[in-house]
Amino acid sequence: MIEAHNITKRYGDLTAIERVTFTVAKGEVLAFLGPNGAGKTTTMRILTCFMPATEGTARVAGFDCFEQPVEVKRRIGYLPETPPVYQELTVAEYLTFVGRIKGLGAADLRRGLDRVVERLSLGDVRHRLIANLSRGYRQRVGLAQALLHDPPVLILDEPTVGLDPKQIIEIRELIKSLAGSHTVILSTHILPEATAVCQRVVIINRGRIVAEDTPERLSARLRRSEKISLIVKQPPADLAARLRALPGILNVFEATDSGALLLECALGRDLRDEVARYVVTNGWGLLELKTVSMTLEDVFLHLTQHEEGLAGGSQTQAAVQIEEPRNL
Amino acid sequence: MTPVRAIIAKELRSAFVSPIVYVVSAVFLLIFGVLSYLAVVNAGSQAVRLMQLQGAAPQLNLNDLVFRPTFYSLAIVLMLVLPLLTMRLFAEERKLKTFELLMTSPVGVHEIVIGKFLGVYAIFLGLLALTGLVPLVLSFYSSFDWNPVLTSYLGLALLGGLFLTTGVLASALTENQIVAAFLSFGLLILVWLLGGVGVVLGDTPAGHLVSYLSFIEHFDRLVRGLVDTKDLVYYACGLVLMLFLAHRVVESQRWK
Repeated sequence: MIEAHNITKRYGDLTAIERVTFTVAKGEVLAFLGPNGAGKTTTMRILTCFMPATEGTARVAGFDCFEQPVEVKRRIGYLPETPPVYQELTVAEYLTFVGRIKGLGAADLRRGLDRVVERLSLGDVRHRLIANLSRGYRQRVGLAQALLHDPPVLILDEPTVGLDPKQIIEIRELIKSLAGSHTVILSTHILPEATAVCQRVVIINRGRIVAEDTPERLSARLRRSEKISLIVKQPPADLAARLRALPGILNVFEATDSGALLLECALGRDLRDEVARYVVTNGWGLLELKTVSMTLEDVFLHLTQHEEGLAGGSQTQAAVQIEEPRNL
Repeated sequence: MTPVRAIIAKELRSAFVSPIVYVVSAVFLLIFGVLSYLAVVNAGSQAVRLMQLQGAAPQLNLNDLVFRPTFYSLAIVLMLVLPLLTMRLFAEERKLKTFELLMTSPVGVHEIVIGKFLGVYAIFLGLLALTGLVPLVLSFYSSFDWNPVLTSYLGLALLGGLFLTTGVLASALTENQIVAAFLSFGLLILVWLLGGVGVVLGDTPAGHLVSYLSFIEHFDRLVRGLVDTKDLVYYACGLVLMLFLAHRVVESQRWK
């Protein structure tokens, strides 16, 4: 449904994205993940025909974004970074205007309007001026705008920014319900969001795609070892050294905050049983023992920091800006 | 509803909820009222003077004494007022990022430019129609030739159109409304001054060309009641040129 082939965008000397290639199948939900300034918005702007790529081709629903922009635009619902709302209009007036410029007839417009107002719970604010709405409502009006003409392709630039936790869940549910019938690309820097709604993740950093796969496979692919977290009630002083001596254990770290020990063992080996027996027979008091799986977050940090080693740039800063997972 | 009509409707709606249109209209109509009052009083005192000299009530020509000077002044007022109506058209869309919505909707750039121009032109024509009250009231108390008044209104409508399209272009060039307004003031005053440059150059081909480019002589003939195709062609070309340039500027923003 969406094919980007080697797209490059340069602003003067600055290369925003370089040779980005990916495809999205019909009905798939794809997340663009990356630190701020990685090129997510630029890629989306090219796909929505807001601007042309310097090099490469992008096709949406079989139409070339450069050659047949009107055909592409007809099939796309786009939510930009900033919700594109006119403050001086009411929600209903605004959506009516959007419907008209999207080419909806009067009957379709009325149906579409009722549908998005209901799906995004905008009923209460339907006749209020957008200027008087909160950030969350404006974001939802922006989403309503993208969904109004029921386009087969949706491109959403950070759709849940500015929403409260309850609304975030609602919007994620909404996006999940679109999967199958609609093709969706969304960008985010909130990692659990990508895991929650998307079938596939594209990690983009400094204008290049650094990884592309399902969230599960991404974490599996990057896992070099199994990790076990261990908490002991009365640990002897040399516990770490003793554990390191156990067969199969590659390394032992002290986790900084929780007082737990992280045991690293060879890939594919589960040493929980041995470790438990060892601790219990020595009478140190076993409090907790669990495997630690690598989260998408670890993958992300690994990939973006790995780049830093090569380029020596300020990537750590960018990686740190990634938001903590929200407890929902 | 076609996209152009949707954009016109939206522009009208936006204009009438913002204070700019009300302030601009009020000030504009007030200035026009004062201008025509002064012209009428001036005509009256001239009539008294002529009566004292000739001893008989003279035939006063209201077209020469009242309308022509008023319409000349009105043209200058329009030059200062109309950029305020056009300054937000594109500048605000870009500042508030709604530009992205327009540019990713299945509407052509030409439809956006024309829609925005027609919206603001409708407001201007409404304002111009309101100034028609002055000749209407005067027609009850005196008699004058309506034809030059009507051609003057044609001239004002064309002149206003040219001013507005210049403003549309200026607004497309920048994100800042004040810069847009100032830019269109500047452009309009420069083109106006070309008339003076033409006079300095005198009766040479260059002089004729420069005077032709200024809107003074084209407006002047229409105010005198002379409808000449070459003036209509001048305005039509100017309008189309400005809209075309605005279209190119808006289109080019995608390439930056």
